[in-house]
Amino acid sequence: MVKKFLSGNEAFAEGIRLASPQVISAYPITPQTIVVERLSEMVEDGSLTSEFIHVESEHSALSCAIGASAVGARAFTATSSQGLLYMAECLYYASGGRYPIVMMNANRSVALPWNIYGDQRDSISQLDSGWIQAYAENAQESLDLALMSWYIAENPKVSTPFMVNLDGFILTHTYETVDIPTKKQADAFLPAYITEHKLDVEQPKNAAFSAGPDYNYIFKYKEHEGLLAAREVIVEAESRFKRIIGRKYTGLIDPYKTEDAEYILITLGTISGLCREVCDKLREQGKKVGVLRLRYLRPFPNEEIAKVVQHAKAIGVLEKDISFGNEGTVYTNVNSALKKYGVSAVSYNFIGGLGGSDISIQDIEMIYKKIESGTQSVQFIGIEVNDK
Amino acid sequence: MKEIIWLGRGGQGAFTVAKLLGAAYTLKGDQYYGIAFPSFGPERRGAPVNAFTKVDNKPVLDRSQTKKADYIIVLDETLYDESLKLRLKENGKIIVNTKVLIDEKVISFDAQQVAKQFKLSTVNTVLLGAFAAISGIVTLEELFSAIEYYMPQKIREKNKEAVAKAQEEVSL
Repeated sequence: MVKKFLSGNEAFAEGIRLASPQVISAYPITPQTIVVERLSEMVEDGSLTSEFIHVESEHSALSCAIGASAVGARAFTATSSQGLLYMAECLYYASGGRYPIVMMNANRSVALPWNIYGDQRDSISQLDSGWIQAYAENAQESLDLALMSWYIAENPKVSTPFMVNLDGFILTHTYETVDIPTKKQADAFLPAYITEHKLDVEQPKNAAFSAGPDYNYIFKYKEHEGLLAAREVIVEAESRFKRIIGRKYTGLIDPYKTEDAEYILITLGTISGLCREVCDKLREQGKKVGVLRLRYLRPFPNEEIAKVVQHAKAIGVLEKDISFGNEGTVYTNVNSALKKYGVSAVSYNFIGGLGGSDISIQDIEMIYKKIESGTQSVQFIGIEVNDK
Repeated sequence: MKEIIWLGRGGQGAFTVAKLLGAAYTLKGDQYYGIAFPSFGPERRGAPVNAFTKVDNKPVLDRSQTKKADYIIVLDETLYDESLKLRLKENGKIIVNTKVLIDEKVISFDAQQVAKQFKLSTVNTVLLGAFAAISGIVTLEELFSAIEYYMPQKIREKNKEAVAKAQEEVSL
């Protein structure tokens, strides 16, 4: 293992080099650009053997990855924001076709107003597209997810594309120390991708076909099953990762000081670190508070969340997303989990970080205060509304 | 946690030294953590640029831009203004690349003159050397290692010499 001081984008590229995809299709967009730049340099200097295809749009980037995956190749692409939305049509082709493509998405705001900074509205808007969705907190987890994502996506029970999300700039452009596993470790962890489900002139098969009303729903049910199967494959991948590479991950969720917590803040991505820092500070003042970071939004950790928050008095969901006319989508999902498992904790939704706006320590302290005292169910950080 | 703001103009290499400092600090060992990041957004040559380094003996969890710093280092003196003092923690220090004495609360350091000696087109590593000597946060050897790891080979030697010279000037 070697230690390097890398940005989230660079760390992710290192993880992809270790996974050695046979095809990389690339179309640059801020703040994702550095990932595909680094990968192109690796192909150029011979440290990564891969077909690097510079395509003319995001729609083509994912179409190209689908084509590669259809002949049994390991295929990677990356995007962000408007790019993700532009490839939206292809997202469904990839998941419906059960192509285990890995894509990195640098979470960035969606226009208008046009903005290049980070929020999570891009990927959250695509939760229904049938992709696994993970959210990294730091550069190390980004690299590790780059490796683990293939193991999970390519499992025959799962066979589902995997989107790894990194907060734009705050993670993609921030440098920190990262442990890079050796190629030998990576190869021991991640076997080559071998599948019978591919276009092969020796064994002709029909793929990417139509299915009318008679059969369509069966394919959709199978797709749903594939995503649900990822739940246990994620756990298996992490225990294998721990055994071979040595770092431990905690499955779909990452709870912090939640065991006896009365008030729990649920969130995702890089802001979780600051939430834990505030949590520690409030604990010193005798407050029974905790943080629950969601590492995955699909498959959604319904049972895991319910278990963690079952004894809490109240919870908050802090997210960089809003489904206009309703509430944050993470909040909708969390509430559904509580309802299904009969958890009675009151829940509040805090929308923040839109278009890269800062979420400060004071904001998080205020959130905990409001969770404890009770407040309106949905609110935007920084916008004062008469709270009656 | 120590928080350092580097203030320069696009092209002066403020972010390069923010990164070198973070790398040098974390090279000390497993219990040394750091992050470095630029002010986010489109890059423009000549426009004012902030870069940030945060170092600590535990993982740095606060990834937001530093509001109050332990050190502010100004690469271009035209970017200095009195209001920078409001961005300092108590006992915080400002180091400015300038030939003139600003006031007794601001450390003036003529980095341009050192950069010239080593034919460097920018003052970034010179100020990194001066900062290391003033703060004691990283040693000369740690800076050398960071330069070895993260600077292109053909400019390593003259940058190392410039860093050492800056340290010497500070201790005089």
